[in-house]
This record gives sequence, structure tokens and C-alpha cells, in this order.
Amino acid sequence: MANSLKTEASSHLGTGSRFLKRNSSYIGVLPFLLVTGLFLIYPTIYVIFGAFRDLEGKPSTVILKKTFLDEATRRAFKNTIELSLKTAILGAILGALVTWAIASGKEGIFKKFSLSLSGVLSQFGGVMLTFAFLATFGFNGLVSSYFLKHFPDSPISQSTWLYGMNGLTVVYTFFQIPLMVLVFFPSFENIKKEWREASDALGGKPSEYWFRVGIPVLMPSFLGSTLLLFSNSFSAYATAASLITNGTFLTPLQIADSLSSEVGGANAATASSLSLFMVIVVIIVMTIYTLIRRRVSKWEVTK
Amino acid sequence: MKFSKLAKVAVVATVSVALAIPSYTTATAASKFDTAKSAAEAGGMAALRSQCKKEGQINIIATPDDWANYGAIKKAFVAKYGIKMDSADEEGSSQDEINAADRLKGTNRSPDVFDIGTSVAVKYTTTHFAPYKVQVWQSIPASNKNADGYTTNNYTGTMSIWYSGDLPTINSLDDLLKPEFKGKVALNGDPQGSNAALSGLFMVSIAKGGSFDNIQPAVDFFKKLKAAGNFINVNPTAATIASGQTPVVIDWTYNQVGAAEKFKAVGKVWKSFIPKNAIVGSFYNAAISAWAPHPACARLWMEFIYTPYAQNVWAAAGASPVLWPVLLKRNQASEDGKASVGSGRAFAASATAAQQLKARDVLKTAWPAAVGTN
Repeated sequence: MANSLKTEASSHLGTGSRFLKRNSSYIGVLPFLLVTGLFLIYPTIYVIFGAFRDLEGKPSTVILKKTFLDEATRRAFKNTIELSLKTAILGAILGALVTWAIASGKEGIFKKFSLSLSGVLSQFGGVMLTFAFLATFGFNGLVSSYFLKHFPDSPISQSTWLYGMNGLTVVYTFFQIPLMVLVFFPSFENIKKEWREASDALGGKPSEYWFRVGIPVLMPSFLGSTLLLFSNSFSAYATAASLITNGTFLTPLQIADSLSSEVGGANAATASSLSLFMVIVVIIVMTIYTLIRRRVSKWEVTK
Repeated sequence: MKFSKLAKVAVVATVSVALAIPSYTTATAASKFDTAKSAAEAGGMAALRSQCKKEGQINIIATPDDWANYGAIKKAFVAKYGIKMDSADEEGSSQDEINAADRLKGTNRSPDVFDIGTSVAVKYTTTHFAPYKVQVWQSIPASNKNADGYTTNNYTGTMSIWYSGDLPTINSLDDLLKPEFKGKVALNGDPQGSNAALSGLFMVSIAKGGSFDNIQPAVDFFKKLKAAGNFINVNPTAATIASGQTPVVIDWTYNQVGAAEKFKAVGKVWKSFIPKNAIVGSFYNAAISAWAPHPACARLWMEFIYTPYAQNVWAAAGASPVLWPVLLKRNQASEDGKASVGSGRAFAASATAAQQLKARDVLKTAWPAAVGTN
């Protein structure tokens, strides 16, 4: 692919320096390399080196070990993984149902609208999302005030649930569902009408079609998307930080605390160590994701 | 082969972009203003003033307008010397101030002056601050300043519980556990990261039989408060207080006197309660950045905040300024100030940096466990 592009590009260029001729096809990729280099590769390397340093900045594994053995670290990791798993599974199942509804609907303006909406909503996170939830379910929120007036004993009238793990689960799921629609929709599009027709023609019931054809074909892509959702909420920071302003029970919040604590104890090495552990988790998840994608590709090349 | 070519192109691109980024560092040569350890060394106040006018700006960080009425002091300073002020990262912590100075070192945007908590300040004394002794140096007690002038205490506060007049009167800490306070009690920040919140915990701890060396009673109390559904994980701000989201707030008195005035203006009451024998304070420190981009203005600011005017602004806001005993003695203390912080000449007790660090170590595990999940 790259080779054919290259020859095509050079043939159009005609005369010019040999360097340019040979490399012109790479110019398009430069901004990408620059951005990933500056914002992905450089910080990762920085974090890895930072994790293997002591408080004075000398190479050492003391802080790394201390952070790893710290009960606070483990509790935060447990919470973060639990939250990510819960919202990934919830988001994946609900999102898949929504995708199914959209995909089996008629082509037209509504379908396009739903997909664009998913694109927008999947990015609707952070402070805006927190604000939306505070205005709805927070103290003095629209819904909670209504419940307080009419059903004072219901849990919704007491907004305390919002400021903890339960609240985070609901809020995170809110951006997970549209993301699921966005990443899962293409796989649905890949299902060929002919398969359903063939199943029907051979006397298969709809349930049989789904259990023997639909779900097995979609499963790898479903699992892959779930993993993507997992890393999405695993690394989310702004939403949690704006909602939970007290109690660093998630790892991203812990990293922020170890960078900015004003009562002492702030140090970059601890923050780097915590980040390194997060990077390791993401690498594991992404490796599994890649393996699953290979399986998905088997169906997608037919298109 | 393909990769190495790509890498080559990437390197060339990175270098050229790096060269193209306009360098916005200042080229001012080090002058006597960079190193002056007092107004006299800088050539007197008039020299500082005219040099600051030339610099035209001061960068200040992590000082919100409603924090100890810093807004009034900042406004008065800008008006008096006719310069611009860049007030950055107002909600930042003391550590954020140091981080910003490190990150912006060599640029025009680096902070000139700090208002910084003691436990952070002690870690960076000689590396980040420029020594400077204000004109009233002799009047400041030795225990309130670094002997070489790297840091000087500016004000302390009193921890207290502020609450809406619509709620039942609080007579003891345990009243907060009552059902009337369900979903209403907030703490100003996370005690692992915020000096104000940690001081709040010290207050509770001392009231509950603990001490600056024993934070556990406070953890136990907040655990009960959370279990009762009364504690909320919301960082109170002027907005949450005004909207009624946080009707009970544990905070410095100097952050809440302003709120009380606003409540009064609309016919409501915002009152305070301090547990018996649990008067807890914590001094903040004024310091000049060792690489202040506007060294004359930075020194002028130091002089300004130790004038009776600025010290009285703090007092009126409920912060006990370090020169308060001196002002009282010299009859320079304002009536507003006396009404807010009283005419006592002793400051509230505060935790040492070591005690804070020790408490933080306990809280790292205990605090999220006590109030984190539900």
C-alpha cells in the first residue's frame, strides 16, 4: 500500500531533489508523528524514567516499591478497575442495544442524527458532564428538588449518592454508551442481509439466527469495544476530579494529589510510579484488544 | 529501513519546529533588584518604585480574591503603583505555585511572589526563594520568619465551622451527626492535599481528644459523619455557599467573613462555631521567587503586604496578620479588624511541617477509607 502510494507520488513530482522525491509521501504523516511524539511517546518515556527515581531525582526503585506496597495505592487501583469494569460492561450492553436499534432502523435522517449525536455525546465528559449531573441530581438539582418535595424519602431526594462510586458509575456510563455506539456501529453494518435471508430461507427462527450467526459474528467486536470502553474510563480524570473534590479514591485523583499536595509529601516520583502502573494496565488491555481485533478483521475484509 | 527514514524525517521536523517556536524569554540582565535583600540594598523605596513602574507588571499566583480578602489588597497595590497584575491559577495549592515557578522559569509569566503554606515552603526555602527583609523586619517575631528572610509569615487564621442560620444552632461537634444535617456538611478541600482541610481535621481531632500528633479521632469522626450521610464530598466555594449546596462548611474564618456579609445583605444569617479548646491556626508565608521576572515589583509587593493598610485588610477579613500585636500596640489596628479577629495578641496554635506530614501519611490510607466510597 505504502509502496504504491510512493511511486504514484513521485511520478507526479517529476523533477526536484531526490530527498523530496523519495520522501514526499511521508510529509502527510509528519503532523501525526509530531503530535504522538510530543503528547504520547515523550510523556510515557518521562513517566517511566520518573518512576525509577528517588525524591532527589537519583535513579532508584525505592519510591516505586513503596508506592506499589502502599495500601492507599492498592485501594485506589481496586476502585478504579472496579469502576472501569462496571461502566465498561454496563456501557457495552446498553450501547449495543442502542446500536442494534439504530442499525436495524430505516436509513435516513434519524439514523444520521443518532450517529452524530453519539459522536458528540461520547466527548461530553469532564466539567460539563459533571455540571449537567449536579444541576439535575445534585443538591438543589432539578430532579432531586422535585423528589424532595414529593417523595422526600426516596434516595434520589438525597443527593449524597452522586458524590461517590455510585455517582461516578452513573456519570461514566453516560459517556460510555455513545462511545459504544460509535465504535460498535461499523460491525453491525458488516452483517450482510444475505445471511439473514439465508437463515430464513433454511427455516431458521430469528432467535436461531441471532444465536448461531449474529452474536458469534459480533462477539469479538463486542469484546474489543468493551475493552476500549474499559481503558476510556480507566484513564478518565476530569469528570472524577470535578465531581469528587474530596477523597482521592481513584488512581488518577491520587496522581493529581501527589503532584500538588500542599501539606507536604508531594513528589513527582510517586506520581510517575502510579502513572507507570496505569500504563502497564493499559498495555495489557490493549494487547488483548489487538488480539481480538485480528479475529474481527476476518469478517470485516469481506466488505 | 522504512522506519529509519520515518525517524529521520521526524527528527528534522521536530528540530525545525523547535527552532520556529518564538522564544519569549526575557533578556533582562541580572540587576541589583534581582539580588537586593532589602529596600535599602535596592536603593530605597523610590528606586524600587520607579524600577517597578518600568517592569510594568507583577505575577501573583494562587490567591483568590475572596481568600482573606486578597482582592482588596491586589486592587490597592495595582492602583497605587500603576502596573498590571497577572493573577494566575487562583484555586491552586501551595505545591502548584512551586510547580508553576519551575515550569515557567525564565519566562515573563513565572510567578514573582508566593503566598505559601509552611510545609511546602520548608522544602524549597533556599532553592526557590530570594531572601528579602521588609522594612518592618524588626517588628516581626523571630518565630514568624526565616532568619535569612527567605520566607516571612504573613497571616494565620482560625478554623471554624460556618453554617446557615436556617439550621439548628450547633453547640458541639456531635450536633453535626444529627439528622437535621443530612447531606449538608462540607470541608474546604481534601485534607491530603489542602492545608485548610487538614487544619479542619486538626481542629476536630483536638476537640475529640486528639492532638496535632494524633489525627485519628478526626478520621473516626468524619467516618461517622459520612456513615450518617451528613458529610458530602463537595469542595465548598463562594458559589456553593450562596446557592445553599453546602450549608455547613469547615473552613478558615478569613474565607467566610465575606460570605457572612453577603448573607447579611440579603437578610440571611451565616454564623460560626468553634469547638471548645480547639483553636487551630496555620500561618502562611510570603516569599519572592528566586527567578522573579519582575524583581522590583516583587519586592514592592512584599513591602506593601506588611503595611498597616494591608495588614488591616486581612484582619477585617478575619485573618490574623503577623503584625497584629504591633498594630494594636501602636493604635493602628482598625475597628473592623478588631471586630473580626479581636484584640488578643496571641495567635492560634498551628501544626508544624513534620506534624502535617505525619498526619498526611495516616490520611493517605485512612481518609479515602473513611469518606471515599459509599
